[in-house]
Amino acid sequence: MRTIVVVGGSLAGLSTARALRDQGFDGHLSIVSDEHHRPYDRPPLSKTFLAGAATEVEIALEAADEDLHADWRFGIKATALDRSERRLDLSDGSSIVADGAVLATGASPRRLPGTSRLAGAHVLRSLDDSRSLRDDLSSGTRLVVVGAGFIGAEVASTARSLGLDVTVVEASRHPLAGPLGAEMGRVVSSLHADHGVELLCGVGVHGLTGSDRVTGVALADGRVVDADVVVMGVGVRPNTDWLAGSGLAAADGVICDAFGATSLASVVAVGDCAAWYEPALGRHHRFEHWTAARERGAIAAASLLSGGTEFRSGRPPYFWSDQYGLTIQFSGHIAAADSVVVEEGSTGDRDFLAVYRRGADPVAVLAMGHGRSFMRWRRQLATATIPARQE
Amino acid sequence: MVVVCPLADLAPGEVRRVEVEPPIAVFHTDEGELFAVDDMCTHQDASLADGWLEGCEIECPLHASKFDLRTGAVDAPPAKRPIRTHEVSVVDGVIHVRLSTAAPKLPPSAGVPSDVP
Repeated sequence: MRTIVVVGGSLAGLSTARALRDQGFDGHLSIVSDEHHRPYDRPPLSKTFLAGAATEVEIALEAADEDLHADWRFGIKATALDRSERRLDLSDGSSIVADGAVLATGASPRRLPGTSRLAGAHVLRSLDDSRSLRDDLSSGTRLVVVGAGFIGAEVASTARSLGLDVTVVEASRHPLAGPLGAEMGRVVSSLHADHGVELLCGVGVHGLTGSDRVTGVALADGRVVDADVVVMGVGVRPNTDWLAGSGLAAADGVICDAFGATSLASVVAVGDCAAWYEPALGRHHRFEHWTAARERGAIAAASLLSGGTEFRSGRPPYFWSDQYGLTIQFSGHIAAADSVVVEEGSTGDRDFLAVYRRGADPVAVLAMGHGRSFMRWRRQLATATIPARQE
Repeated sequence: MVVVCPLADLAPGEVRRVEVEPPIAVFHTDEGELFAVDDMCTHQDASLADGWLEGCEIECPLHASKFDLRTGAVDAPPAKRPIRTHEVSVVDGVIHVRLSTAAPKLPPSAGVPSDVP
């Protein structure tokens, strides 16, 4: 393999590009990014960077002296993949022909319908999104966050620290039930009330009010919550539309094997746009975790270069969220759990460790504080075999 | 020289934090090697002694930055700056650390709350 193109210049694309070089690929490497910035770290975009406490230089992912000897193309989208001719078409009308391709196009935040031209109505995914939101928060007084997931919660926390009145609206009766389960989701979501943020659960959003600029959020029950800034934290969809016609299956992420290989030869996919086969779950799954985007680059690179001989780590998924001065850590497979027990501290003190089990077997762990015990549990989960759920 | 503890008290796979200024972490790897580094991630204030040791690599317990204990080099982001390493020796069965005279590389947030609003 003499030429490789990486589509996507964020964590997954950069990690794969680094791994390709680490694993000995010395051919021509192109990296196409639809961003106008060099690779940067996204987690601070809802926290320190949004608060104005971290700079663009501080959140850069590359070291100052790093050089992958790659041909970087910024501000350009991929528009089509034609592997019969090994060709990638780009939004500037040019194309790149390469022996191998890495698909790392990430995901885009969902918006409420009809809000794309409404001033003050934000989503948060990119550095530019965060800057634009920061500008609005600095002059705003009332923020409504639609969606009580981790992004929404972190934005609420940051905005509260900047002095805004904040309301979070969540359609589900059980906030964070997906990632944490209903019981622990309720515990973590109670941080909002602790810090003077109102959380409305079990009420859908009808739409946003305002003609040029947002004035509020209209709820499904007829109420309107006034707002001069709104953030929509209602999930993402993988950036795979451009692959229509490529022959790749991508209902919710590009379907890959357990090592990132797609159904097309010499094409791998990694990060938020990819649904790898997960042996622990017995099905394909699209992880949106930062750690998955970083760690799987090495596996995808090995798949591309040598057909997937790179050791696949047995480490369970891990993610964290920093909000209201606390770090929330989670590791494992929530889908496998049928019980959860607080084993250290107390949820009322916002200082605890809880273990999720399937039968008697631990399958996941959640902690606020208790970092040392949390790490012990994470290591223990890595050696455990997760029993497959019988559907 | 900082006297850490008898080698027999630090099993392979274990770590000992030493409260000097700034604190250091002394690792005994599963392969039997000893390493000492500053006990603070260069990305954000977190104790590497609480991290995940695998081979000669330590992963920060919070945001998963990885460092090579042999050189201090960053193996994986979000950290970009290496950790400071110290020389370790075993004298009469006791672990000693000679503290580096290089300037420590502390995270931007050290001492002040940062990524938490």
